Amino acid sequence: MQWLANIGRSAIDTVGSFGRAFLMLMGAIIAKPQLIKNTPLTIKQIYVVGVQSLLIIVVSGLFIGMVMALQGYTILVGYGAEGSLGPMVALSLLRELGPVVTALLFAGRAGSALTAEIGLMKATEQLSSLEMMAVDPLRRVVAPRLWAGIISMPMLAIIFSAVGILGGHIVGVDWLGVDAGSYWSIMQSSVDWNKDVVNGIIKTVVFAFVITWIAIFKGYDAIPTSEGISKATTETVVFSSLAVLGLDFILTALMFGIE
Amino acid sequence: MENLLEIDNLTFSRSGRIIYDDISLRIVKGKTTAIMGPSGIGKTTMLRLMGGQLKPDSGDIRFKGESIQSMSRNRLFTVRRQMSMLFQSGALFTDMTVYDNIAFPLREHTKLSEAEIKTLVLLKLQAVGLRGAADLMPAELSGGMARRAALARAIALDPELIMYDEPFAGQDPISMGVLVKLIKALNDALQLTSVVVTHDVTEVLTIADYIYILAEKKVIGSGTPEQIKQSDSPLVQQFLKGHADGPVPFHYPADELELTFLGAK
Amino acid sequence: MSSRKVEIMVGLFVVLTIAAGLLIALKAVNQGMSSGTDTYTLYAKFDNIGGLKARSAVKVGGVTVGRVDSINLDSDGYTPVVALKISQQYNKFPETSSVSILTSGLLGEQYVGFQPGFSIDGIADLAEGDYISDTKSALVLEDLIGQFLFSKND
Repeated sequence: MQWLANIGRSAIDTVGSFGRAFLMLMGAIIAKPQLIKNTPLTIKQIYVVGVQSLLIIVVSGLFIGMVMALQGYTILVGYGAEGSLGPMVALSLLRELGPVVTALLFAGRAGSALTAEIGLMKATEQLSSLEMMAVDPLRRVVAPRLWAGIISMPMLAIIFSAVGILGGHIVGVDWLGVDAGSYWSIMQSSVDWNKDVVNGIIKTVVFAFVITWIAIFKGYDAIPTSEGISKATTETVVFSSLAVLGLDFILTALMFGIE
Repeated sequence: MENLLEIDNLTFSRSGRIIYDDISLRIVKGKTTAIMGPSGIGKTTMLRLMGGQLKPDSGDIRFKGESIQSMSRNRLFTVRRQMSMLFQSGALFTDMTVYDNIAFPLREHTKLSEAEIKTLVLLKLQAVGLRGAADLMPAELSGGMARRAALARAIALDPELIMYDEPFAGQDPISMGVLVKLIKALNDALQLTSVVVTHDVTEVLTIADYIYILAEKKVIGSGTPEQIKQSDSPLVQQFLKGHADGPVPFHYPADELELTFLGAK
Repeated sequence: MSSRKVEIMVGLFVVLTIAAGLLIALKAVNQGMSSGTDTYTLYAKFDNIGGLKARSAVKVGGVTVGRVDSINLDSDGYTPVVALKISQQYNKFPETSSVSILTSGLLGEQYVGFQPGFSIDGIADLAEGDYISDTKSALVLEDLIGQFLFSKND
């Protein structure tokens, strides 16, 4: 019977934490919008989660674009179809790698930092002291970070894809000698704005929302000890990575699976 | 004498463990009330109950005659502007300078211009002797300075009630003296009502007007400092004199020593 | 961290994002056709469409004038019907035009080659919803090889 009780307890815990996460989200979104006060806070958080993630995004995007061009070229050249390198790089980046790799990097770079920051604010009584100053921490601390995450990550994903396409150009055209005209023109003829670019952006918005939500909730709900915060930070990265990969499959099936 | 805060028959338990059992307290307006007791009996919990961050299992906590636990969130936030709390860690916002920390409640709750805020902040910092440290980050302050900065923030909105959570814990004698002097001076100058939660006996006896001693989930003694000193309760005397063993036992409750070691169970 | 510096950096971030978005929009994505610009639809029946897919290009002399909108099977004769969305810019093709399914390169993608017919008096222009009667199906490699083998046997 013990194992049954264990399953039951963990189910109750899971449902309970979903409930708390939902309440936190509602509190942060519905918290009476004080745009004038909150905009500078959100901008500051965009700096923290967005601008400070820029370097890793640009470098990763460049390398991934370059590697894809290298790999793609060796495969395509066997069929004499190296002209299709452009669409291969662009489509993989816009549809899949841009949203997913950006999301994974974002979870590791910004998500873990958000969890640790909010967890430490809780541990050092900063959240309590906000409450005692009659300032709602959901509005003051949670909401700006949530919006900043949702705004920043799609921006990072767009930059990632663009840099990746340029990286593919560097390797494919400048090193391996694919014709520059065909790199761009065949790419243009196969990439569709609505189907590829917009769908990719929809994916990143969904990922951004999920990662930021998990990260903030894990910090907000962390046990305020050093052990609790380190556990929460790890869980943020693990849970949000799994959520991104799972959601990616579902979204891809919905967007591209039905033809 | 008017009571600012009244606690009646408060019972509170956390994760199945009873912390307070049927406690009643009175906080008199304009006076300094100390709540004392050994570590680990949940003195901080008492402050959180007073501030409405926790809800009691039963009993009533009234601020100016209005029951705190039955207030709506909005009403509670309005009432909290009249109280403030000095946390044990100071709880300064680590991402802002000392100046911005103290300006924070003013910016949140008033419509003062930046020039007026600057005057007020510098006045409060002057009162705690940290005007020169306005541009430092909290991480650059010593423990005592951080607590003084937090005190300046706590009085920024001129509250009626200040709750001090262990203000003297872990301070060197000089910082401790400074804090004692500050709390006294602020109370006299601003006519504040203060609640000090602490286990530092000597300091409290010099600043408190009235003292409650909590132990074993109950109020075990109360009165003015003079009355407390002359109390004939062995519990109170053990606490004041700091004896290792007595009515408050040295050992955490356990089986008999013989049983544990000889295994005769 | 002064808020001025933060604002400047966030501003740069936004500019960089817009630049990246423009690069994708202008250099990587096909212009027009997908949405917005006016199009009209023509239909063509083929015996065999080979590897033609929705969104394949429709070209006149190598110039893309439209795209394949959808491919369905005619319920009467079970022949594939291809709907072609042609840009309104090219709306003067005569009824005598013909279409064929061609392949770019040996293994490249398949597209619809559109040959405008002659136009003399009495021949109307193709309009929305018209069927193009003159069609040539895709070359299927297996059929070609089969024909080649049979002709050898003769």
